[in-house]
Amino acid sequence: MARRSLTKRQAQIAWVFLAPTQLILLVVAAYPLFRTFQLSLYRANLLDYPLRPEWVGLANYVYLIQDAYWWISVKNTVIFTVVSVVLETVLGLGIALLVNARFPLRGAMRTAMLIPWAIPTVVSAQMWRWMYNDVYGVVNDLLLRLHLIARPLAWLADPHLVLPAVIAVDVWKTTPFMALLLLAGLQSIPEELYEAARVDGAGALQQFWFITLPLLVPALLVALIFRTLDALRVFDVIYVMTGVNPSTMSMSVYARQQLVDFGDLGYGSAISTGIFLIIALFVVLYLTALRVEVD
Amino acid sequence: MRPLRFLSRVGFYLLVLLVFVYLVFPFYWAVVSSLKDPQELFATPVTYWPKHLRWQNYLDVFTMQPFGRNLLNSAVVAGTTTLLALLVGSFAAYALGRFRFFGKRPIYYAILAVTMFPQISVLGGMYVLIKTLGLYNTWWALIFSYMIFTLPFTVWVLTSFVREIPRELEEAAYVDGATPVQVLFLVLLPLMAPGLVTAGLLAFIGAWNEFLFALTFTVDDRARTVPVAIAFFSGASQYELPWAQIMAASVIVTVPLIVLVLIFQQRIIAGLTAGAVKG
Repeated sequence: MARRSLTKRQAQIAWVFLAPTQLILLVVAAYPLFRTFQLSLYRANLLDYPLRPEWVGLANYVYLIQDAYWWISVKNTVIFTVVSVVLETVLGLGIALLVNARFPLRGAMRTAMLIPWAIPTVVSAQMWRWMYNDVYGVVNDLLLRLHLIARPLAWLADPHLVLPAVIAVDVWKTTPFMALLLLAGLQSIPEELYEAARVDGAGALQQFWFITLPLLVPALLVALIFRTLDALRVFDVIYVMTGVNPSTMSMSVYARQQLVDFGDLGYGSAISTGIFLIIALFVVLYLTALRVEVD
Repeated sequence: MRPLRFLSRVGFYLLVLLVFVYLVFPFYWAVVSSLKDPQELFATPVTYWPKHLRWQNYLDVFTMQPFGRNLLNSAVVAGTTTLLALLVGSFAAYALGRFRFFGKRPIYYAILAVTMFPQISVLGGMYVLIKTLGLYNTWWALIFSYMIFTLPFTVWVLTSFVREIPRELEEAAYVDGATPVQVLFLVLLPLMAPGLVTAGLLAFIGAWNEFLFALTFTVDDRARTVPVAIAFFSGASQYELPWAQIMAASVIVTVPLIVLVLIFQQRIIAGLTAGAVKG
């Protein structure tokens, strides 16, 4: 009896302690999400105050499916996500293996790895935009000195170069973060395993293939899914470096343009809802893949 | 055997050097560009160290741009957001990390799911809500909307810290007749200090760097934060971007972050890997 009342009391306290968080998340997350979904069924202008929403049913979604610009933004986002996540994983793994070795100044290296991560995305986008400048930019200067290009390239103006240029910035900023996550995974692998392998005569490559890689899979999976979710909603780096431009615009950039710049609250909300559904799919995937433990 | 080993050692260090330069060069370039005078900045060939250092660029950021105000806005918004998230998040973390109750798992998952929310998916609804509440173009619009990514993340990181604290101390306090709130503030929070620093730091950096909401919910320098200001720095004409000033401003906002990172690197790495959060 006493035990039961204790459990009951515990539950009461827990709910009281959780109440402020739940209330705030209800107001700042659940309600705006619901409202965005609701607005996607109306035609409404952002600048009207108060709003004069006009019910249009699924018309916004019907339009969305036929909207060539939406599909361009989906294509850009998919290219951005796949290329950047693959490059970041491969380079990140390489850097993690490098920094996992013992050498003097390893601490300095780990600090250097946090620098790109700590720099605000907007700032790094502006830094690179200046470096990519077609006349005064250091990127062209370096590549010309190394004879890798014959004449200066217009990195951000050439429709074929601009998306790769933006991806390169994301890779620079995020690879070290990936490397740090993987480094933590590497350091949790017991040294004895490698010793045993060496005794059995396994070479460095075999050790990597049969010990490091399989044991790194969980850390790799976490890093990969997080990066994918992040890349799918990319906004800052693309918006700051190129503005709203069909060669680079991501789903988020397109949604904001419709919603804010064009004030089309209904259609913009339909795009937002589309993005939400796409990403929700990945979140469900993530939660089931990792089976996060609660107790 | 010997020379081969020596060669592979040299190769290794060359690789380390290459990676180091790759990571640090863009920041170095921002510093160099922020110290050049306009003639040198807009000249070819590019110079890799300024001929004379022009510190004036750093003053121009404050006299020719409203950057002081932007810094104040950012500091107030990020600071308040962090404190609020830590305060509210501590209670939730205590409940989730310690108590057993029905419905804990769904709540935990729901909070976790919000950390992965794309901000764009609430933009329309949030805009209307902020307008309705009369918060548009104020600090509160940003503090309010930043809860969506700082709070769930703080709860998550703090919960993992609560779980690692041994129960004995709390139980002793309960036996002595302490209330749950007293236990949280007097027993648990001091022990959670490392967790509070980690979560607070990451929340602060997240709020300091946020762009999409700041861009959408502010119109002028009353509430405009640093990232939006840096994205919109303008010069005498549309075609003449004040690159030296942009780079000076970039260095100004990045240096405090790098100092924080240097001081707290162990904590940050621990927080990032424990929570495996987004960057």
